[in-house]
Amino acid sequence: MTHVVPARTYVLVFAALLALAIGTTEIARIDLGPFNAVVAITIAVIKALLVALFFMHLLYTRHRTKIIAAAGVVWLAILIALTLSDTLTRNWLPVPRPW
Amino acid sequence: MSEMQAVEAHEAVAHQFDDMEQQHDAATLGMWIFLVTEVMFFGGLFTGYTVYRSAFPAAFAAGSRLCEVLLGGTNTGVLLLSSLTMALAVRSAQLDRRKHLIFFLICTMLLGLVFLSIKGLEYFHKYEEHLIPGSRFAFAGPDARQVQLFVYFYFAMTGLHAFHMIIGVGVVLVMLLLAFQGKLTSRRYDTVEVAGLYWHFVDIIWIFLFPLLYLVDLHK
Repeated sequence: MTHVVPARTYVLVFAALLALAIGTTEIARIDLGPFNAVVAITIAVIKALLVALFFMHLLYTRHRTKIIAAAGVVWLAILIALTLSDTLTRNWLPVPRPW
Repeated sequence: MSEMQAVEAHEAVAHQFDDMEQQHDAATLGMWIFLVTEVMFFGGLFTGYTVYRSAFPAAFAAGSRLCEVLLGGTNTGVLLLSSLTMALAVRSAQLDRRKHLIFFLICTMLLGLVFLSIKGLEYFHKYEEHLIPGSRFAFAGPDARQVQLFVYFYFAMTGLHAFHMIIGVGVVLVMLLLAFQGKLTSRRYDTVEVAGLYWHFVDIIWIFLFPLLYLVDLHK
């Protein structure tokens, strides 16, 4: 299943990645409050998708490989979400601590 | 298909596979499964970072201001460029362009070494400024202990990433030797394709590390 991607596509993806890298640095200089982190993560996710889809040929592989790759993201989301569901919700109720 | 090609095609497929396509599928699938375990490996650090950043936002902002954005940003560009040269190396192998393959592999390896050198320079600056976590850690501002926690994360995350880069440079070096021996042809480019997957994955990790460590509080 050899799929040769045009060199032009790779160069365009690289240009987009570079533009996003410069963009995220410049946006970080503007004070957006809590949205600075949101914007930074969103841009990072877009860049990671570009690398995975084009450089890592995920766009051209079978669905099975795509599911495996998505599983990594899903399990990472579970890890972070369940951990934060503990640490972010402590001290919500005025329960005296025995220790 | 000439007799030579037929013999080469036969040799390129390991005996447990039916054909080239099945072998290619198995190779890339296996690498992707390994990369998913790597996501979980780094995931622990990313989770710990998230927990402590949400607990001490001011200290993490102060810690982030200690990072050198110019060097970190340069390294981002270097690593993105190395991913481009790696992708072009795989493409050259697919098209049987051996000289291009060797050229792009050398570029990738050199860019990897440039990245590690700049990283080493950053570490050296941290050492000079007494910002290595431990008994000699010195930070003048408030929340010194929480800032030290950020610096712990900085060294653990960039250190683990740099370790992966060192392995990546070694892998590319092996690809280079195989390319010189003429063992990376269009019929058996799986090896370099899989090496490329690893290289791009390490690039993706840096794509997340750069904003999380360097860009937390650039606007003050």
